[in-house]
Amino acid sequence: MKRFAAHGAWAPVLAACFWLAGIGGAWADQPDAKSTADHSKFEELAGPFATGPDVTRACLQCHTEAAEQVHKSIHWTWNLDQPQTGQRLGKRWVVNNYCLSLTANYARCTSCHVGYGWKDSSFDFSSQENVDCLVCHDTTGTYVKFPTGAGHPPYEDTPFAGKVIKAPDLVQVAQKVGKTSRRSCGACHFKGGGGEAVKHGDMDSSLTDPPKSLDVHMAPDGLDYSCSTCHEFKSHEQAGSRYLMKAKSESGVSLPGQESNRPACESCHGQSPHKAGVGDKLNTHVDKVACQTCHIPEFARGGKATKMFWDWSTAGRLDPQGKAVVEKQGDLVVYDGKKGTFQWGENLVPEYHWFDGNVRYTLLGETIDPGDRTELNKLSGGYDDPKARIWPFKVMRGRQPYDKGNDILVVGHLFGKDDAAFWKTFDWDKAVKAGMEEAKRVGQTTADYSGEYGFADTLMYWPLTHMVAPKDQALGCAECHSKDGRLATLTGFYMPGRDSNPWIDRIGWLLVLATLAGVLLHGLVRLVTRKRQA
Amino acid sequence: MSQVKLFTGFERFWHWSQMALIFGLLFTGFEIHGTYEVLGFQRAYETHQILAWTLIGLWVLAIFWHITTGEWRQYVPTTKGLVPMVLYYAYGIFSGEAKPYTTTRAAKHNPLQRLAYLAFKVLIAPALWISGLLLLFYTSWKGTALGGVLPLQWVAWVHLAGAFALLVFLIGHVYMAVTTGDPWHAYLKAMVTGYEDLEGEQGRSRVG
Repeated sequence: MKRFAAHGAWAPVLAACFWLAGIGGAWADQPDAKSTADHSKFEELAGPFATGPDVTRACLQCHTEAAEQVHKSIHWTWNLDQPQTGQRLGKRWVVNNYCLSLTANYARCTSCHVGYGWKDSSFDFSSQENVDCLVCHDTTGTYVKFPTGAGHPPYEDTPFAGKVIKAPDLVQVAQKVGKTSRRSCGACHFKGGGGEAVKHGDMDSSLTDPPKSLDVHMAPDGLDYSCSTCHEFKSHEQAGSRYLMKAKSESGVSLPGQESNRPACESCHGQSPHKAGVGDKLNTHVDKVACQTCHIPEFARGGKATKMFWDWSTAGRLDPQGKAVVEKQGDLVVYDGKKGTFQWGENLVPEYHWFDGNVRYTLLGETIDPGDRTELNKLSGGYDDPKARIWPFKVMRGRQPYDKGNDILVVGHLFGKDDAAFWKTFDWDKAVKAGMEEAKRVGQTTADYSGEYGFADTLMYWPLTHMVAPKDQALGCAECHSKDGRLATLTGFYMPGRDSNPWIDRIGWLLVLATLAGVLLHGLVRLVTRKRQA
Repeated sequence: MSQVKLFTGFERFWHWSQMALIFGLLFTGFEIHGTYEVLGFQRAYETHQILAWTLIGLWVLAIFWHITTGEWRQYVPTTKGLVPMVLYYAYGIFSGEAKPYTTTRAAKHNPLQRLAYLAFKVLIAPALWISGLLLLFYTSWKGTALGGVLPLQWVAWVHLAGAFALLVFLIGHVYMAVTTGDPWHAYLKAMVTGYEDLEGEQGRSRVG
């Protein structure tokens, strides 16, 4: 190591290699053939490594600033202070209608944290060695974080849910590090919500190696983009976040040296991406219709079903042995005693809403109306809002526990070995109590649990922006410009082909018919009278 | 009885090409409106636009022609003889009365025709042109002061109402022009060949 420490200039060179090579991206799962550094030749990486943090310490000997950079990233903080709404967002603070919240379930959820050991609220966010370099930079595909390991990989082969999860060879993985890839990002992002394809609807493992028909940008036989081609990283911080979106990019193509507005489509395609055609009509839609709306005709298109509905209120059915009942339809779990009832969907038509990029979350402590379906995240924007465009969404609907006494959402302590954990004892009261106590302790809410829980209907909007289809599959005009088209429910503005003033139609056709009847009658009378005269 | 050239080559070209364009515009327009689906929205929309620009071009030619030839005077309205004309169609036509109007080369249109064509030219057509162009260029003016006071749907309503008015006009026009000559197809023939049989001073009037 001393050799390299003495030549600190290597670090930026290596970093630059990582960056430059990302543009080609064809080598997603191969060690970088173009790199000027072969990590397998570094003595620092000769190992052996007992733990993930041991590897990180080795990485940091050359990449001296990497951990501090990661510390600033949302992948590490799980926190985003939304400047437009003033809300404190990020996984640490929001409530969803999948597994409800990170709070009180750390070790399970943080198996997708870019760090090691976030098993409770005492996690040290300033620890450099606890940054997990490998989860993003693994190129072997063998590195996995154990599902309940608080971010650690299994250090020996360990059974989980009926399968054995193999311990990765940390030396091998460390020596073959490279740029991020669809697979490395997908290790977490394709499995959001606790499993394959569950959460997003436009991201699942079909994007690891997608055909062009599924994704024109990421197909290996096409452009072969990796995630970071569009979600450009600067100092380990990525461009683009669902918590703060660019719903309408008004800048043109991002040239090198200029401020990049990636991952917006416009950053490559510009503001007039279509051939003019007759009247340039497609390009004049750009101000009101997001690219995604026409170019993502359906979601969950990769052959993997996404979860569309989750009812927690039915959870708790156990078999005579006391184990949670699991029911399947084909490969899909439609009931799980631990989690309740699910519905899934594939090749689904999105729901469409005006969206300006800002989302206001219903955070813990905010009053809800349990008689109504609560929007866990409210979309901002409308027809009159020049910053808003029509966007496609997956809308996840569910029924989840809430505090009946206070009419607020709750977090549940689902995962754990203690008696309060719902997946242990199936007692909502205990699980909610423990969850809310933890939420109060970490500052997620100031509310106390009233002691009475119920179940409330909720929904959550997931903007769709991946799985962009080839242009010949883009929506035609009539998909929206028709009476019962895709925008039938998005009212409040005039749209040709869909809207009309019924009175103009009624009076208009009445006059047309009356005129027609008039001339027919006139002609008939003429015929009759002429015959009589003849 | 003499053959008189009533319609010049340009007039006939103008009339029949205008007819084709207007039929096409009505057909595609009501499809865009959502009344039926034949071409599909996109093709209907694109065709509508191409036809509209073609018709605008034709009108530029026609207006130039009317001004330079002075033929615009054919459409100056008059109340003289209007009532007898209305009475003729309401009553006299059934009993075989002669038309109370004499067609001449200088005054081709009877007072009722003058009024109907003028209404088409100064009311229906401009309403359709102006509203149609506003619809077409909506994205250019919606951000201006005009966009603040004029909702898009009002423009669309005017365009649609204009289309209905045009359809009503056309039904009446086609009926009268095609069937009320003597013989019944005389006016149709005149508009095709340009010639009509006029009987000296007792010449039959024409209507259309």
